Amino acid sequence: MQLYLPIAEVSVNAFTLLGLGGLVGILSGMFGVGGGFLITPLLMFIGIPPGVAVATGANQVVASSVSGVLAHVKRRTVDFRMGLVLLAGGMVGSGLGIWVFSILRGMGQVELLVQLSYVVFLGLIGLMMAQESIRALRRSARPGPPRRAHQHFLVHRLPLKMKFRASGLYISAIPPLVVGAAVGFLAAIMGVGGGFIMVPAMIYLLGMPTKVVIGTSLFQIIFVTGFTTLMHAVTAYSVDIMLAVVLILGGVIGAQIGTQIGLRLKAERLRLLLALLVLSVSVKIGFDLVLQPAELYSVMPGRLP
Amino acid sequence: MIRLVLALLVLVAWPVRAEQVVAGLSQNRVAITANYDGSEIVVFAAVSRDAPPPEGRLDVIVTIEGPVEPVVVWRKARRFGIWVNTEAVEIGSAPAFYAIATTGPLPEIVDDSYNQAYRIGVGQVLRGLDVAERMPDSDQFAEALVRLRRESGDYQVDAGSVRLDHQTLIRTDVRLPANLTEGRFRARIFLLREGRVIALEETAIYVQKEGIERFLHRLALDQPLIYGILSLAIAILAGWLASAAFQWIRR
Repeated sequence: MQLYLPIAEVSVNAFTLLGLGGLVGILSGMFGVGGGFLITPLLMFIGIPPGVAVATGANQVVASSVSGVLAHVKRRTVDFRMGLVLLAGGMVGSGLGIWVFSILRGMGQVELLVQLSYVVFLGLIGLMMAQESIRALRRSARPGPPRRAHQHFLVHRLPLKMKFRASGLYISAIPPLVVGAAVGFLAAIMGVGGGFIMVPAMIYLLGMPTKVVIGTSLFQIIFVTGFTTLMHAVTAYSVDIMLAVVLILGGVIGAQIGTQIGLRLKAERLRLLLALLVLSVSVKIGFDLVLQPAELYSVMPGRLP
Repeated sequence: MIRLVLALLVLVAWPVRAEQVVAGLSQNRVAITANYDGSEIVVFAAVSRDAPPPEGRLDVIVTIEGPVEPVVVWRKARRFGIWVNTEAVEIGSAPAFYAIATTGPLPEIVDDSYNQAYRIGVGQVLRGLDVAERMPDSDQFAEALVRLRRESGDYQVDAGSVRLDHQTLIRTDVRLPANLTEGRFRARIFLLREGRVIALEETAIYVQKEGIERFLHRLALDQPLIYGILSLAIAILAGWLASAAFQWIRR
């Protein structure tokens, strides 16, 4: 069954979209990530224009984050105060990202921007996660001395200190603001929630306890991707509701299956698998940039500035 | 005066308006609905004459041209080891869709001068290449645009697909692609004798989004804020429903 997308103005097979949504849903259920970093490149691959793919990807992340955060709110594993500070930074970063995005759209370089950020950020995060999970796997194989629960970083010496009760932290508000802004920027130009950057940053930079990290990250991702969606809709008219609905439908069903699979796997193994997945997306896009493309010309509607 | 002379000249040069073409389309409205996946337009026409057909080979060309829009063609080149869009040429007006159906290969059935004057061939449809900042190889960009659109099926050349029976009845099918843009499409039916255009009939096809497609597209452009909020509301509702369904299933 073909489905004509009113904003993307392309006709796509509805079951392909449902399948894409479902596949990403399975992975996001397994690994506890939004899956934006998979959906956006996949949409571009099936012929959705990059602008629409990024904006609609952000909209899809809103849905998966809402469904994720509700479970965490019930378990009281969301640090709302930290979430709000991250969010304040996130709004600034997202606004900045939208601005850069629209400038580069005029210069014909949006695709390059999206591809480069995928290669760089997914590559970095994938490597870090792979390294960490391999170390964790080794550690669990032969038991050694446990790590200190509380570590002191440079972060603790900055001004503007705030108390974050749910995280049991008393730290400066500047690092969370910066982390939030970086993630907001990525959300705007990559169509992702940025959980893959937020989660390690919260654990290793801010020293937050692992149990509140996912819930808090999801909480702030809802707002940042929501803001991003709205901004893309207003500045570029590039959110495709029809596309989003089908993706979300597939994603919701996939997430249920994914969660069940995730429960049966070991946490370190799961992280290693996710790292390999992130790395392979990065390498694939990287090759596309480096190898000579089969087609050197491309057509975009509109005029030169 | 000059006009009168010209009109007279035309009359002299084209003295026998003995052959006319009358055309009809299977539909002159195309509705893009949610499950639109292309449509077929049947063009039928008849040659009417008040005398027996004159000597010479009779040919027919049918063209369907979509709405024109400005486009930018980018070319990639290697910069710092990666492939980047480096050069661009703006083409002021390029039809989003163009189809030609003929009774034979185009160069054989139409004289070059007529081809250019009436802009019949696929190579003739692009206009508005900016001459001022024309690069030495800007023709390559135009050729690339035509090639890309032919590969995607937006530009079609179908030589020999027009049926001409008894030098009178004309019929052909033109397939409109699934990725269609809205607007007024222009259908032209040329009648040619010995490579010269002797009659031309023109008619329009209106392509429009309908129903939910039309509603969403208009809303996105006219009320972007409301549209954005609607997208968010759907996403939040879907997320909440999913989480509620999860819990209900687990119980």
